[in-house]
Amino acid sequence: MSETKQGRIVKVAGPVVVAEGMAGARMYDVVHVSKLNIIGEIVELHGDLASIQVYEETTGIGPGEPVVDTGAPLSVELGPGLIESIYDGIQRPLDLLVELEGERMSRGSALPGLNREKKWHFIPTVTNGTKVGPGDIIGEVQETMLVQHKIMVPIGVEGTLQRINEGDYTVVETIGVVVADDRTETELKLMQEWPVRNARQTIKRLAPNAILVTGQRVIDTFFPIAKGGTACVPGPFGAGKTVVQHQLAKWIDADIVVYVGCGERGNEMTDVLMEFPKLKDPRSGEPLMQRSVLIANTSNMPVAAREASVYTGITIAEYFRDMGYVVALMADSTSRWAEAMREISTRLEEMPAEEGYPAYLAARIAAFYERAGRVLCCGSPEREGALSIIGAVSPPGGDLSDSVVQATLHVVKVFWSLKGELAYKRHFPAIDWLTSYSFYKQYLKECFENKDQGLEMEELTTQAMSLLEQEAELLEIVRLVGAEALSPKDRLALETSRSIREDILHQNAFHKVDTYTSMDKQYEMLKTVLHFHKQALAAIETGVETAEIFKLPVREEIARAKYIPHEFVTKVAEIRDTIDEHIKQLHPSTV
Amino acid sequence: MPAIKEYQTVTSISGPLMLVEMVDEAKYGHIVDIEFGDGSIRHGQILQVENDKVLVQVFEGTRGIDVTNSTVRFLAKPLELAVSPDILGRVFNGLGEPKDDGPAIIPDKRMDINSKPINPYARNYPNEFIQTGISSIDGLNPLVRGQKLPIFSGAGLPHDQITAQIARQATILGEGKEEFAVVFAAMGITFEAAQFFIDDLHQTGAIERAVMFINLANDPAIERIATPRFALTAAEYLAYELDMHVLVILNDMTNYCEALREISAARKEVPGRRGYPGYLYTDLATIYERAGRIKGKKGSITMVPVLTMPEDDKTHPVPDLTGYITEGQIILSRPLHRKGISPPVDVLPSLSRLKDKGIGEGKTREDHADLYNQLYAAYARGKECQELATIMGEAALSEEDKKYMTFANKFEARYVSQDYYENRSIETTLDLGWELLSMFENAELKRIDVQLIEKYMPKFRKT
Ligand SMILES: Nc1ncnc2c1ncn2[C@@H]1O[C@H](COP(=O)(O)OP(=O)(O)OP(=O)(O)O)[C@@H](O)[C@H]1O
Ligand SMILES: [Mg+2]
Repeated sequence: MSETKQGRIVKVAGPVVVAEGMAGARMYDVVHVSKLNIIGEIVELHGDLASIQVYEETTGIGPGEPVVDTGAPLSVELGPGLIESIYDGIQRPLDLLVELEGERMSRGSALPGLNREKKWHFIPTVTNGTKVGPGDIIGEVQETMLVQHKIMVPIGVEGTLQRINEGDYTVVETIGVVVADDRTETELKLMQEWPVRNARQTIKRLAPNAILVTGQRVIDTFFPIAKGGTACVPGPFGAGKTVVQHQLAKWIDADIVVYVGCGERGNEMTDVLMEFPKLKDPRSGEPLMQRSVLIANTSNMPVAAREASVYTGITIAEYFRDMGYVVALMADSTSRWAEAMREISTRLEEMPAEEGYPAYLAARIAAFYERAGRVLCCGSPEREGALSIIGAVSPPGGDLSDSVVQATLHVVKVFWSLKGELAYKRHFPAIDWLTSYSFYKQYLKECFENKDQGLEMEELTTQAMSLLEQEAELLEIVRLVGAEALSPKDRLALETSRSIREDILHQNAFHKVDTYTSMDKQYEMLKTVLHFHKQALAAIETGVETAEIFKLPVREEIARAKYIPHEFVTKVAEIRDTIDEHIKQLHPSTV
Repeated sequence: MPAIKEYQTVTSISGPLMLVEMVDEAKYGHIVDIEFGDGSIRHGQILQVENDKVLVQVFEGTRGIDVTNSTVRFLAKPLELAVSPDILGRVFNGLGEPKDDGPAIIPDKRMDINSKPINPYARNYPNEFIQTGISSIDGLNPLVRGQKLPIFSGAGLPHDQITAQIARQATILGEGKEEFAVVFAAMGITFEAAQFFIDDLHQTGAIERAVMFINLANDPAIERIATPRFALTAAEYLAYELDMHVLVILNDMTNYCEALREISAARKEVPGRRGYPGYLYTDLATIYERAGRIKGKKGSITMVPVLTMPEDDKTHPVPDLTGYITEGQIILSRPLHRKGISPPVDVLPSLSRLKDKGIGEGKTREDHADLYNQLYAAYARGKECQELATIMGEAALSEEDKKYMTFANKFEARYVSQDYYENRSIETTLDLGWELLSMFENAELKRIDVQLIEKYMPKFRKT
């Protein structure tokens, strides 16, 4: 513990304040600014001058006012009570702030991240006398129906466990002690703290080896994300980044979801707050809110806290990963985070690199995504955790040469490129199938219990993708010489591609059935569309007119397959029989 | 209250900025009065304080200010608007001072024009459909109460008519149709454009429920930075203290952004795209995010900002950053305007993000969502065919393509196009959609639920 330092303000320029008399303070120490006790963080030191990024509005503050160094870095509180919370960028609970201070954010509020009064029932999983070390799980708290919160020994604590008891505790009461070899005792609590700018420790990184099912067809079938993987969703305004992020937060097959609304709209967070308690997790049937943590630092909230919000989010996500869970973090939008960095950097009068962003932009982005991964967690029992990061990027004018997009593409393994033109046609999700990619495709086949089905799925996706590529070429020809130039087979390829686009890739997030498609149903749908293609091809070869084939009523059934609820997935398979029948009627001699 | 201090220590002036030295107790964001030798007064706001040096932006511009004869008075408070119910029906200048010949406002209270951000947890999701009577909005991009939905226009396009029509016709359906109070902020627009809007309010009698803040093209440019904030402060007062539903029209946000750019350039800040400051997004968000509904409050703020896209380019920073903050956009198209389609709403890139919770059974009609999805799909395809036909000639189109092209033409002429004084009910708009779609087979209407087709279509099918 360093002694508390007090300096005084010499300069105020928007979100940056400079104070003198700060010799001895450390970089990234949290400070309290002015009598209002506004929270800030030291981001630059020059002699006894400290530049501070302030997490709240600075109107009314001026030179001469005090600055007090807390001597501690910006940290989050980790423990039971995180789930179902909604925090601002520096972990202040927004719901409690409304109760305490009304509907608008006032300054200098100091509410702790975790509720101090609430009692949690703690059940030890190890006995007194056990030798414990960092990361060891010593007990559990059933935090919500969906989340069993594992209580871990904090990093740096090692020794023999004593006086651990089952019981009801608040997060700050002592649940046991660890006696080190030199007889010093450390009290254990349900809560621990961690500085947000440092990644939490792990034993080692492992390569991702499994898909995280999202129920979104274009994603799962064509560009899947892995457990522990990283993805980026760039696109112009209105292209559907937020809807993709919300859809994933709702349906992704993760144990814990951390959603960071970073510099985006207030109503989007309200939307999540209203929807999630109502929506049921497709696997457990419990409300989705019971596995979610929300961080909302909207665009009109202070810029510096926006910069911190992604770190607050990722630290909470890492903490759950360390329990051995599969965690997914969505950050919407990382561009706003980068812009916050830029704004602070400008006020610090740093040398700008491209587009005014600081030179360290790419390094910060890379370091952030590096906190994702499948890992071997610290401590016993031995366990694996995974943390996936899905970041939205909002480039100016939708231009992908933007610095933030480029820096992100250097590090992520999945790219879902949202195209304005697709969104204007209301083709949603507007993920461009020709330029998007995923490095995790090879794990798709493992999603199926039946090995052959997995292999078949792999073939089907390859075939579908090559049809879509063929379509792009054929459309080019049509544009040059007209549709007349196409052979019947080419026309079929165009029709099948249209069917892939409209009946499979297109997915309405707001339709009660279409919003989520199980992996089995995705397989059946793709298989059915390609079955039609195969049968139609055979018919064409025997001389059937394409016009006759395209008119078949079964095509409407294929188009409506997306609205068949998962329970009736066999009905999707049955469409293939209808296809056979219809085609047979066109040309009885072929089958 | 701290004592007001006076200084005659202006040391330099550059562009709209003024540096005052040897000041103590200046606070960031507070305002100053600058008095000249002849007794006239200008207003300024503190942009930066460093030791005893204070950087002030002068709203009325610095022309004529000299360093020796000016007295700067530090008022030790932020910019405020004096409010009372009497602001209704009044016209103010861009700095919130009465501009009509009415009496001074005897304030109930003074409100900081930079209100504190709404805690996202306190927001109530906008979900009440507003009928504007304009099909291309109501049918395809519905506006809901508490939404911020800008109009992206261009020089010479009829955005003034459209905003006037919205202000005139906007109603909430259901019993006791509630009327909106209108807050209008003019920023750097012409006298004619502002007067057109005000006259319209007079004609309908809506003027009694309106408050206007007018900064015209020949008024001081820097003042525009404050104008929308004054307007929104008035709106917040009406919405959250007098329980009114308020429609705020901000016209033209491009001029606002230019004023901001001027300040940024004078401060020699690192410029962002096209010289606009890097914090333009954040700055605009502090304006646009003031729209909304708040739990436990009866009133609401619905916002329709207008902006002109330089060179009709929607990737220009002003429309681009606006689109990233607002809940959709209504885009006007020059080609449609030339074709004589009015209002020339470019349906495809236009969007209302809050529509989904504002429409459907009990709000508009059960078929609304499926219907607009289908209209969009058919029009998007028709538009492609229109384009193909212009490149290759109509002969190159297949029969099916031709059908879609016909649909697109009819859709533009009948659905999008309507008179500025035609107020279509939502039923009329929805039925018009069915009627236009009746040229397709049921099987082609893949986006509409089969049961809805069976229920609504038969009426429109000619045998
Ligand atoms: N899968 C989908 N199904 C149906 N509609 C969708 C889908 N995806 C997007 N949309 C529509 O597109 C609109 C815009 O999407 P969204 O808000 O996600 O855009 P965005 O890329 O996040 O934009 P911004 O960058 O401005 O935040 C939504 O309000 C919705 O109407
Ligand atoms: Mg978004």
